[in-house]
Parts: sequence; C-alpha cells; structure tokens
Amino acid sequence: MKFLRDFLDKQKPHFTKGGRFEKLHSTFDAFETFLFVPNKVTSSGAHIRDAIDMKRTMIVVVLSLIPALLFGIWNVGYQHYASHGMAYDFWPIIGFGLLKVLPILVVSYVVGLAIEFAFAQSRGHEVNEGFLVSGILIPLVMPPDVPLWMVALATAFAVIIGKEVFGGTGMNILNPALTARAFMFFAYPSEMSGDKIWIAEKADAFSGATPLGHLLVNEVDKLPTNLSMFMGTIPGSIGETSTLAIILGGLVLVITGVGSLRIILSVVAGGIGMGLLFNLWGANEYMNIPAYQHLLMGGFAFGAVFMATDPVTAAQTAKGKLIYGFLIGVMAILIRVFNPAYPEGMMLAILLMNVFAPLIDHYVVQANIKKRLKRVKAAVV
Amino acid sequence: MSTKHEKEPLFSARNRKLISNPLGMENPITVQVLGICSALAVTAKLKPAFVMAVSVTVVTMFSNLIISAMRNSIPPRIRIIVQLVVIASLVIVVDQVLKAYVYDVSRQLSVFVGLIITNCILMGRLEAFAMSNKPWPSFLDGLGNGLGYGLILIILGFTRELFGSGAIWGYSIVPQALFDFGYKNNGFFILPPMALIIVGIIIWIQRSRNPELVED
Repeated sequence: MKFLRDFLDKQKPHFTKGGRFEKLHSTFDAFETFLFVPNKVTSSGAHIRDAIDMKRTMIVVVLSLIPALLFGIWNVGYQHYASHGMAYDFWPIIGFGLLKVLPILVVSYVVGLAIEFAFAQSRGHEVNEGFLVSGILIPLVMPPDVPLWMVALATAFAVIIGKEVFGGTGMNILNPALTARAFMFFAYPSEMSGDKIWIAEKADAFSGATPLGHLLVNEVDKLPTNLSMFMGTIPGSIGETSTLAIILGGLVLVITGVGSLRIILSVVAGGIGMGLLFNLWGANEYMNIPAYQHLLMGGFAFGAVFMATDPVTAAQTAKGKLIYGFLIGVMAILIRVFNPAYPEGMMLAILLMNVFAPLIDHYVVQANIKKRLKRVKAAVV
Repeated sequence: MSTKHEKEPLFSARNRKLISNPLGMENPITVQVLGICSALAVTAKLKPAFVMAVSVTVVTMFSNLIISAMRNSIPPRIRIIVQLVVIASLVIVVDQVLKAYVYDVSRQLSVFVGLIITNCILMGRLEAFAMSNKPWPSFLDGLGNGLGYGLILIILGFTRELFGSGAIWGYSIVPQALFDFGYKNNGFFILPPMALIIVGIIIWIQRSRNPELVED
C-alpha cells in the first residue's frame, strides 16, 4: 500500500494545474480517490459529514450484488446443461456461466465507464462513482444470450440519455440500469421476451419459459415448485432468479444502512396487497395464484431490493418512501396480471414511480408544512 | 408602418432573414417548441414526414398571405375565428390534393392532416407576424417557418426510418450481410418516445453550439 501511495504522490504534480497532463486531472482524481479515501476537506460553510464517502457506499452495493451475480453465473450454466439433458459437474457449469456472463459484465463496465470518463473530462467534473453499481446491475437484468453489441448500445443509451443529460450521478430521474433494460425491451423485443432467450444456447425441444411466461398463457400447473423459485434454479435474467441470493444481498444493504428497509418492505406489502386483491377477484387462474408466489417470480425481489432502493431516484421523505414503495408493488403486479404484452411489470412499475417520486416528496413536504403552520396558529391564538 | 418608405427589393436582407431565421435560431420545433405532436406522430418513416412537411409549409405560406392581406379589415375581437376559417379551408384543399395524388401516404397520415388546423405554428405565425405585416414578408415568414418545421421532420423521419426499419423512403438500404452478422432493426425508433428523444438531442446540440439560446 505504501508504495502505491508514494507512486500516486509522485505522479500528482503532473496532473495539477500547470502540470503536463492537466487536462486529465479528473481521470487521475478518479483513480486516486478510488484507491484511497481522499484527504480533501470542505473549507467553507457548515457541513454535516458522514464517515463514509460515495465510493465506499457504492462498493457496499456492489458487494451486496455478489451473491446474486455468483448464483447467476452458476444458474446460466446449470440451465444450459439441464436443457440439453446432459450430465453436469460443478466446474463445467461455472465455466459455461462465466463464458456467458463475464463478457456482458465487461462490455457494460467498459462502455459505461468510458462514457462517464469522457463526460467528466469534457465538463471538468470529478468522475462520478454511480456507474460502479449500474455497471453490475445491467448484466444482472439481461437474459444470458443477449448479443454484446446490444448491451453496449443499451448501456450507452442509459448513461447518456438516462443520466448525463440530466447532469450525471445524483441528478438522474430514472434508474440507469432499468433505463438500459427498458431500452432493450422496446428496441429489441424479440431478444427480451418470449420463451427462447432465458436459457443460454438452449436445446430446441426444451421449453424455456419463465414462470411468468407460463402464467401468461394460464399454465399454472407448469409452474416450478416454490422451493426452486426461491432458490432460483429457474430460467430468467442472469441475476434475478434466486430470491435467496437477493435476500442475502438485501441483508447487507439494510444492515449497513445503505439501502432503505422502509422501501423494500413497502414494495413487498404493495405486491402482496395487490396479490390478495386479485385472489378475491379471481377472474382467471393467474389471479388465483397465492399472493406470496408473486414475490418469488420474475424480477420482483430483485427490483424491490436493488432497483427501488436506489437513493437517487427513490422518494426521499420517510412518508414518501412508503407511498413510493407501496405503489411500485401494486403497479408491478397489476401490469403482470393485466397486460399480456408485458409479462414482467417490475421494470415499468419502478420507472413509473421514479418519475413520480419528486412529486410524492413535494406533497409530503407541503403537508408537513401545512400541519406545522396550523400548530403555530393554534399556539398564537 | 405609417411612415412612407422606399420600395424594398423582394429578397432584401430583411426578407431573406424571414426565411433563414426559422431554420436555425428561431426554429419552430427546437427553439419555440411548437408543433411537437405531429413531429412525433408522423415521422416513423421518411415519406409521410416529407409529405407532412410540404403540407404544413403550403398551409403556413398561404394562410399567412391571406390573413396578412385581410389584416386591416378583420375585427380584432373575432380575429381567431377568422384565422381558423382560413386555415381550415386551406387544410381541406391540401387534404383533398393528398387523397387524389398520394392516397397511400394520405392514409398513413390519417387524422394528422386534419390536425394541421390545430398546429400551434400556424396560429402562432398568424398572431405574431401576419396580423401586423404586409403580405409579401408574411408569405416569406410562412415559408421559412414551414421549412424550419419540415427540416426537423425530415431529420426525424430519416433517422427513425433508417434505424427503425433499415430503410429510406421505403427502400431497404441496410445490407443483408449486416443482418446475417447479427444486426437487428431497433424497434424503439418506431415508437414516438424515440422521436421525442431525438428532438431533445437536436435541441441539446443546437444549444451547446449557440449558448445564447440557453435560458437560466
């Protein structure tokens, strides 16, 4: 570590004002602060300081995604061999999974970070950390067989149109990873839905439908068991199949205080509430499945834990978080059950509520101001 | 206007500006943000976008001309309804011409030809320009704004048809080899939201090149 610090200190003068590489100053800064907690202190005004800075926060999120990623790698391999009915060992499965998942991960990071660095450089900003998380979220919500150039295109779209246009990390209205997925969904529907794409290099005779795909055509009897949906040994996007791995990651987020438990719980409450309501209605078989099963299928758990809790795009007030989360749960199940064109409603539900989050916050704050003004008036009179 | 002035040449610098300004710094779509609805709705393909651009240009030109010629005899309190009658008559003429000569495009444009009547650019130009200027400059102003609108429509139609359908003017131009290689048409370009994003990108480029357009 010492020699790394020394090396950085030696290079630093070249990147400060007047140095040889003055123009690349923000790039140097990015690497330096990535490796070491910066020693810069705000010199004016009163500030509340947190012991943890943004890079360290982002790393916690990345760590919490590791279980889902590892399980996803295994599952991609497992689904492939299972569809061919072949005997399989642990290592070939992991090998195949790595072969499929790693390129997507690399493409997402390289394209996204290149754009982030380019924008930071041209605007003279520091490089934003936000993409460290988006870069790993994007592969996790893609199907395993997705062509790499599409991943590159979707990532570029998400970073430029979803984020940089609004001013970069912290200013975006929509969650960048979901923006990438929504772009893919509308641009290349044949690569993002149906029953062909959820298993990498699937055998032709094998049905590769996801649980939601089965439900869409009212094949309730073909649903996998609750246990396999909970463990995640089902076809689906790379990182979202295993509810167990997601709960592990969610625990990390909640214990470190990085993710909001309030949002997660209210999303779950919204989903279960809507599920129960449909049970009462019971117009078709899809409406009759037990409400808790909705939580195990598709991207519900993944969205609730990793997407809805994104601190930038979620509601900020305590009451607002409850409303925001609850409506995500309700919308997700509503879209799932009612709209045959969109088998998975979680993505659209979160993006929709992202748009509404500032409005929710506004009314929560206004209501609070009104309440307190009333109290003041009562006290004066 | 009351002072007597010398006869202006037909294409004086001032008149030329009437045409060139709306193409850039006063573009009805990217700067005034008018006529967005039809710009999103009819630009999935280049051909309907082009026909729409021509139709709107013809209507703006002649409605500006007619209203400007009538401007001194229109009672101010009913001027809007008079303007609407003129626009509506012109739109009906355009609609009939399209039906007679390019029926397939007319079918594609469907209700949006009729909706030219409600295009904000038309009313905007009549109120802001034709009501207080002479017929010839009004005619040129109509032409300029129609072209400014049409320019954006054609950029949109070109981009969206190229990436959304792999074609230009209905002819496939993306080579089959590229599709064999794994390329796919981007369905998002067919959808209206992409048109909005492209308009946004055009505005972004225009404003970063002309900082005086940026509001606080």
